[in-house]
Amino acid sequence: MRALVWHGKEDIRCDSVTDPEIEADRDLIVKVTSCAICGSDLHLFHNFIPAMLPGDVMGHETMGEVVETGRGLNGKLKKGDRVVVPFTIVCGECDQCKRGYFSVCQKSNRKKHLADKVFGHTTAGLFGYSHLTGGYPGGQAEYLRVPFADTTVQKVPHGIPDEKLLFLSDIFPTGWQAAVQADIQPTDTVAIWGCGPVGQMTIRSAILLGAEQVVAIDRLPERLEMAEAGGAITINFEEEDVVERLNALTGGEGPEKCIDCIGMESHLSPSMPDTVYDRAKQVFMAESDRPHVLREMIYVCRPGGLISIPGVYGGLSDKIPMGAAMNKGLTFRMGQTHVQRWTADLLRRIEEEQIDPSFVITHEVSLDKGPEMYRTFRDKQDSCIKVVLKP
Amino acid sequence: MKTMTSIARLTNITRSEGDPKVIRSGPSSRGIPDSLAKGLGWFSLGLGLTELLAPQRITRPLGMEGKEALVRAYGVREIGSGILSLSVDKKLGLWSRVAGDGLDIATALTVLRPDNPKRDNVVVALALLLGITAIDLIDAQATTVLHDRRSGRRRSYRDRSGFPRGVAASRGAARDFKTPPDLRHAPPLAAVSPRTSAA
Repeated sequence: MRALVWHGKEDIRCDSVTDPEIEADRDLIVKVTSCAICGSDLHLFHNFIPAMLPGDVMGHETMGEVVETGRGLNGKLKKGDRVVVPFTIVCGECDQCKRGYFSVCQKSNRKKHLADKVFGHTTAGLFGYSHLTGGYPGGQAEYLRVPFADTTVQKVPHGIPDEKLLFLSDIFPTGWQAAVQADIQPTDTVAIWGCGPVGQMTIRSAILLGAEQVVAIDRLPERLEMAEAGGAITINFEEEDVVERLNALTGGEGPEKCIDCIGMESHLSPSMPDTVYDRAKQVFMAESDRPHVLREMIYVCRPGGLISIPGVYGGLSDKIPMGAAMNKGLTFRMGQTHVQRWTADLLRRIEEEQIDPSFVITHEVSLDKGPEMYRTFRDKQDSCIKVVLKP
Repeated sequence: MKTMTSIARLTNITRSEGDPKVIRSGPSSRGIPDSLAKGLGWFSLGLGLTELLAPQRITRPLGMEGKEALVRAYGVREIGSGILSLSVDKKLGLWSRVAGDGLDIATALTVLRPDNPKRDNVVVALALLLGITAIDLIDAQATTVLHDRRSGRRRSYRDRSGFPRGVAASRGAARDFKTPPDLRHAPPLAAVSPRTSAA
């Protein structure tokens, strides 16, 4: 089959690879009908996430049709079923899964020893996201093996286009969880840094959850336009002072809820000297992340407020103003998304037409074009916001 | 189609039996200018280390004895350019190489004197420097164009709300959602200070 394979920094290729095979009773094989490139794939593209190896298949936003099932699925899933494959692999049996904390499933990471060493304790296995999270082949491919399939996948009905359902695999639940864990109240101003795909989904989630004001921060006109179309007040940080504008919008008190949809690779600019400092440290491997957004959020957030972090951080961050965070009594909530906790509810909201997540797709191309689309997406060329690949 | 790289073959030992394994590789997402930048980055590192650790190997053939400290400083500069050229900020690395080339040429010209017994070597070095400068310049320009954000169409997404019923009707449409107990925060801030208009 064909698959997008990581060969090194900025080196993705559409390779011929062997087909995946059933290994365990709860496995199934999905024939991929649609998959997408995620913003967090760019962290792998840049080799900022440790433990990627040449030959790893990329991709963690996937959906398709079941073509082969393991013996242990007991009819829960059968050939011809249409499924969305969340990026988190979950056993459904461990204490964390039983609580709904699926992204920290205790059993699904088959390279648990690596995660134990790096994180202290293991987190869930993820598709196509380094050997720290199991080294599972990803779904930017024609076929995908799904372990623990009965508890991992979300069955979806026929008759709804892939484009409306695909993002149940990651960015829609990620944006939703980012907003839900901020416990949005009708009086809240919610400030969202980053208008990439997760930022766009977070904006829509905050609107659906009834925030009084949603403020979106970015610098790219097309992304700000899309944010505005979704009901956000926008701030172009290259033209306005973010802190001043947020304070102006909140009577000088700062937003109650701040959401970081950027993560470890903040935009680099001499006008934000801390990003240059972080980049220099990254080059010399003295720091892995550029946490500019985190610093700004801690500074501007209202005392007693909440900081929600769906953006991916990879390792070590410097100069986090913990003094301000502690004295202001801020609450931090973060983590990979517990996708399976939200998918059924979000599927219903799509079916009821509360939201149509396909609005975010700007490019739809064949899998063969994947390598060049990684570059287009990374360089933000051609007004690219979200790429869907068709194997 | 390229054949499978030996490194990818080696990593197959980390994969389970049912995992896909590379048979043949396709074209890379790296453009030609990116690959050239990688080569120039390694060249910078090699040259920089030589200048830093053995400056006399540069100064002696060029009749620049006594300028070892300067050559060491250039070595540090070269290493910096190399690291940047190998990083995702390769544009900066390549342009810093071009600037460094200018400095190297200017330095070489200062020893292109009739009384320098190694004058012929300096002429050869200058020719090499001009050649390298041309390559650096071409690659810096090509890399800048390849990764220019302004490439492609400028599209408008003003009509992409994502809400089939419109924004106004969708505000609070998920009010049936109950925040799970583990994700609740502070009580509603009913008596907040007055806000300015959202407009």
